[in-house]
Amino acid sequence: MYTQALNTAEAPGAPVDAAAAARFQARIDAEQRIEPRDFMPEAYRRTLIRQISQHAHSEIVGMLPEGNWITRAPSLRRKAALLAKVQDEGGHGLYLYAAAETLGVAREALVDQLLAGVAKYSSIFNYPTLTWADIGAIGWLVDGAAIMNQIPLCRCSYGPYARAMIRICKEESFHQRQGFEIMLTLCRGTPAQKAMAQDALDRWWWPVLMMFGPPDAQSQHSQTSTRWKIKRFSNDELRQKFLDATVPQARFLGLTPPDPALAFDAETGHWRAGPIDWAEFEAVLAGNGPCNRERLEARRRAHEDGAWVRDAARAHAEKPRATKAQAA
Amino acid sequence: MSGICEPAMGAMVGSALTLVETPLLRALLARADDALILGHRLSEWTGHAPILEEELALANLALDLIGQARLLYEYAGAIEGAGHGEDDFAYFRDPPQFRNLLLVEQPNGDFAATMLRHFLYAAFADPYWRAMTAAGDATLAAIAAKAEKEMAYHLRHAAAWVIRLGDGTAESHRRLAAALDALWPFTGEMFTAEAGEAALAEAGAVIDPATLRPLWDATIDRVFAAANLARPSGEWAPSGGRAGRHSEHLGHLLATMQHLARSHPGATW
Ligand SMILES: [Fe+2]
Ligand SMILES: [Fe+2]
Repeated sequence: MYTQALNTAEAPGAPVDAAAAARFQARIDAEQRIEPRDFMPEAYRRTLIRQISQHAHSEIVGMLPEGNWITRAPSLRRKAALLAKVQDEGGHGLYLYAAAETLGVAREALVDQLLAGVAKYSSIFNYPTLTWADIGAIGWLVDGAAIMNQIPLCRCSYGPYARAMIRICKEESFHQRQGFEIMLTLCRGTPAQKAMAQDALDRWWWPVLMMFGPPDAQSQHSQTSTRWKIKRFSNDELRQKFLDATVPQARFLGLTPPDPALAFDAETGHWRAGPIDWAEFEAVLAGNGPCNRERLEARRRAHEDGAWVRDAARAHAEKPRATKAQAA
Repeated sequence: MSGICEPAMGAMVGSALTLVETPLLRALLARADDALILGHRLSEWTGHAPILEEELALANLALDLIGQARLLYEYAGAIEGAGHGEDDFAYFRDPPQFRNLLLVEQPNGDFAATMLRHFLYAAFADPYWRAMTAAGDATLAAIAAKAEKEMAYHLRHAAAWVIRLGDGTAESHRRLAAALDALWPFTGEMFTAEAGEAALAEAGAVIDPATLRPLWDATIDRVFAAANLARPSGEWAPSGGRAGRHSEHLGHLLATMQHLARSHPGATW
C-alpha cells in the first residue's frame, strides 16, 4: 500500500520551455507513458517523487502494525500468511523506492526525509493493532482502500510508477481477500471472536475512510495531478467507490459499521456515510495520532541499529579482491 | 477440546496436550521444533532489519523454517494417530514438551548474533536434510528433499553475512566475535542423538547426527577462515533441549506465541 492524497502537487517551479511543456502535455493527453529519459517539467518530476516516496514510506511503516502480530498469530497457517503479507509490503516499498530513483533521487535521501519526520506516510499506520481481528480488518479494509486508490494508478502517466502499481495491485487484492477471510472466520467463530471482529471494525472504519484524503472541496492541488494524469479520480469519488463496495461486505459478515447515519440512497444507488471527523485526520497528519511517535521511533531505531551492518557490508565490498580470495 | 465452558472443564482450558512419545514421534518433534522456534525467532525481526533487502531475506528464511515445521508436525500427527494437527503441537505443548536445540531458542541479539546462529544451524541442517533424503521413511525423505534445497540457500546466505561481518569493520568483527563466544557452546548439542533416536538411526529410519560432524567442521573452518574468526575454546557445553530442559528464553517465546491460541481453546482461526 498505500497512497494517500496529501496535496502533493508542487507549485510550478522555474519557467520551462513553453513549447516543450506543450509537447509534454500533448503526450499526456494522448495517453502516452512518460519514461525516465523523456522531458518532463520539474514540477511533474517533483510531484511524482513526493507521491511515490510517500507511497514507499507507507509500505515500510505499514509493516509495523501488522508485524506486531506475527509472533502471536493464533495458528501456523495464519502466522505464515501474515509473515508473507508483511514481506510483500516490504517488497512494495522496494519497487516503489526503485521507481522514485528513476526520477533522479537516491533511496537513502528519501529514507532520511522519512526519519527526519519531513516526509509523510499514510495516516492509517498511526493506529494501533490491539487484537488479532485488527489483522483481518487491515487486510480487508486498509488493503481494500489501497486497491481503490491504486488501480487507477496502474494507468498513471509515469511509466515506472504505473508498472510498479500493476504488480503491487495484484498482491494487494490477495491481501484484501485474505483479510476478509480472517474476518469471516472470526464472525463464524465463537462469540468472543465475533466481538473481536466488531471491535476491530469499530476502530478502523473511520480512519480507513480518511485514507482517501480530505474532501474534494478542500484539496485544491489535485487539479494539476489530474491534468498530468497522475490522479484520475477525486478523493471523494474513490471514497464513495470504497463505501459502495465495502458496506455490503460488512453486512455479509454480520458486522455493523460504527456510523449511525450510514444509509443507502436508493435514488443514486450509493451508500452515504455520516460526517467524517476531519479534525482527527489533521491531528494524525500533524504527528498527533495514537502511534506516530512509536512508528517513527521504530524506523529510526532500525536504521540507527543497522548502521554498523551497512558499514560492514560496504567495507567488505570495497576491500581488494585479493584479500578476500586468500581468505576464502 | 469441546469448547464447553463447564466449571469442571476449567482446568482443561488451554492446557497442554498429553502425548505418548514413541522414538520416531519424539525425533520428528525435535526437528519440527528446531525449525519452528528458529523461524519464530527470525520473524521477530520483521520491520526492524538493518537493510530493506535483508528484511525480505529474513522473512524468506523464517517462512521456509515455519513451512518445514508444518510438514513435520503434520507427519508427527499422522504417526501419532491421535488426531493432533500442526497447531496442537505448536500451540498446546508446554515448554518441557518442546524438543528443540538450545541454540535455536537463544534470543536474536544483534544482527551478527542472528546471522551467526543461523549459520551454525544451517551448516548442520543443510547436510542433515541432504542425508535424510535417503531415509528409509518415504515421507520423511520427501520432506527432507524440500528442506535440503531451502537449507542450502540458508547456509549460503548466512555464511556470506558471517564473512561480510567478520571481514567488514572493526565493529562488525567485534560484534561477530562476541556472538560466537555466546553461541558456540550450544553447538555441541546438535550432534548428540537421544537413546531412541540412536536406535532409529541404527535401523536406518533416520540419520545419526554425529556422522555429520566432519562436514560441519569443514564448513565452519572454511567460513571462519574467510571471516577471520577463531573457534572459541572452553569446556561449557550445555545440552538438554532434546529432553525438554530448556533455557529461560523458551518460556517467554512460547508465552508470546501461544497466548492467543490458548486463550480461546477450541476456536478456529
Ligand atoms: Fe502494499
Ligand atoms: Fe497489502
